[in-house]
Amino acid sequence: MLSNIRSMWLVFLRMFHKRVTVQYPEKKNYLPPRWRGRIVLTRDPDHSERCVACYLCAAACPVDCISLQATEDEKGRRYPEFFRINFSRCIFCGLCEDACPTYAIQLVPDFEMAEYNRQNLVYEKQDLLIDGQGKYHGYNFYKVAGVAVGVKEKGGGDNEDKPVDIKKLIP
Amino acid sequence: MNPIWAHILTLVLVLLVMVTIAAGLIYVERRMLAVWQDRLGPNRVGPFGLLQVMADMIKIFFKEDWIPKFADKRVFVLAPMIVMISILMTFAVIPFTPLISVVNLNIGLLFFLAMSSLGAYSIVLAGWASNNKYSLLGAIRGSAQMLSYEVFMGLSLMGVVVMAGSFNLHDIVMAQNKVWYFIPQIVGFVVFFIAGIAETHRLPFDIPEAESELVAGYHSEYSGMKFGMFFVGEYLGITLISALIVTLYFGGWRGPHFLPPVIWFLIKMFVFILIFILMRASLPRPRYDQLMSYGWKILLPLSLLNLLITGACVLYFK
Repeated sequence: MLSNIRSMWLVFLRMFHKRVTVQYPEKKNYLPPRWRGRIVLTRDPDHSERCVACYLCAAACPVDCISLQATEDEKGRRYPEFFRINFSRCIFCGLCEDACPTYAIQLVPDFEMAEYNRQNLVYEKQDLLIDGQGKYHGYNFYKVAGVAVGVKEKGGGDNEDKPVDIKKLIP
Repeated sequence: MNPIWAHILTLVLVLLVMVTIAAGLIYVERRMLAVWQDRLGPNRVGPFGLLQVMADMIKIFFKEDWIPKFADKRVFVLAPMIVMISILMTFAVIPFTPLISVVNLNIGLLFFLAMSSLGAYSIVLAGWASNNKYSLLGAIRGSAQMLSYEVFMGLSLMGVVVMAGSFNLHDIVMAQNKVWYFIPQIVGFVVFFIAGIAETHRLPFDIPEAESELVAGYHSEYSGMKFGMFFVGEYLGITLISALIVTLYFGGWRGPHFLPPVIWFLIKMFVFILIFILMRASLPRPRYDQLMSYGWKILLPLSLLNLLITGACVLYFK
């Protein structure tokens, strides 16, 4: 009986405590930079698409919400012909971001994606592609990759030696 | 003015005010529960969320009034009416001020006990007519709880009756001109308060509903306005028990003269309504057998003892 009255008194005192509710649309909580929210496709420092259409994100996706089609331009650079993410399936696990070898696909701190029409949650490439570099600045995959697709000459990349002339005897 | 018209006016006034208070309590309860749980509660509809009640009402009026195919239709419809009617009838005998009361009944307290016993039928019939095992379990619990708590609820009130020498609620308020009865009748007050919680099926004694065990207990199958009647009936019950506690133990409309009597009555009533809500915010639900044994083994002897001692004292000091 006394403990009941005591707990009632303690609950009554909660009246004078600070509220924990955040008045959401007016006041927004801080989201950490690595928050896993809306998925974007980022671009190189020289403004071309990072995605090389390797399908690793689609393979890693546990709910199969990513679909894309690879193609090549005239210089042999791979890029996705279409890139589609169905956000009504996406569980925002971030495995696609982990799988991506070129930092192209990234999850950004934004969750306000509600739609009245379910079909509007299917994002096409033009919806996903952003102008910036996302979380990894200055990274350019084709500068460190072996192949030359017009970004650099053969052997002209970062930390890359000039190609060895195998016909010469002197090292 | 014609006395008949005055009577009808009082009746309509009391009815309107009480139903409005009961509906407003939906908002008050949600808001106060939130305040005691570090939340904000409904604050979007209108200033401070005050129009939330209107929104709830509009929603519940437009819901489909559905009766399950397997239900006993007539009894199913009758049950929610009983709870409203029996509680609203009791408000007739409560003196809100010396002048405002619907009827000055010389057996007012007995009338309340009779009506609250009738209220038990709404639960039993609702549970039975729903033809659903959870509803039936809720109804069985409700009737058993009612049966055991009705007994010492009446007995705890007898202490007041012995002191005032009348069943008339007006006379009981008049008899409290020297001292409010919660001081000499503190045991009776506590027992009546506990029985009142059980009577209104509020937490911690909401065992007939027990949403964590029995879906929603006896009103699992109800929807729309019929559910709304059970809901408003529950808040009317809280208002009624608070009003009775004020009338019987806290001097009714008595108070210092700078405020009119009806304001004093409402202030005291709201204090007890808030205590009801506070209990919901803080106390857990006891097990069913604990409730029963607590009632029969502790509260019943306590109220008998209280009645004996009160009677002896009244006879001795007469």
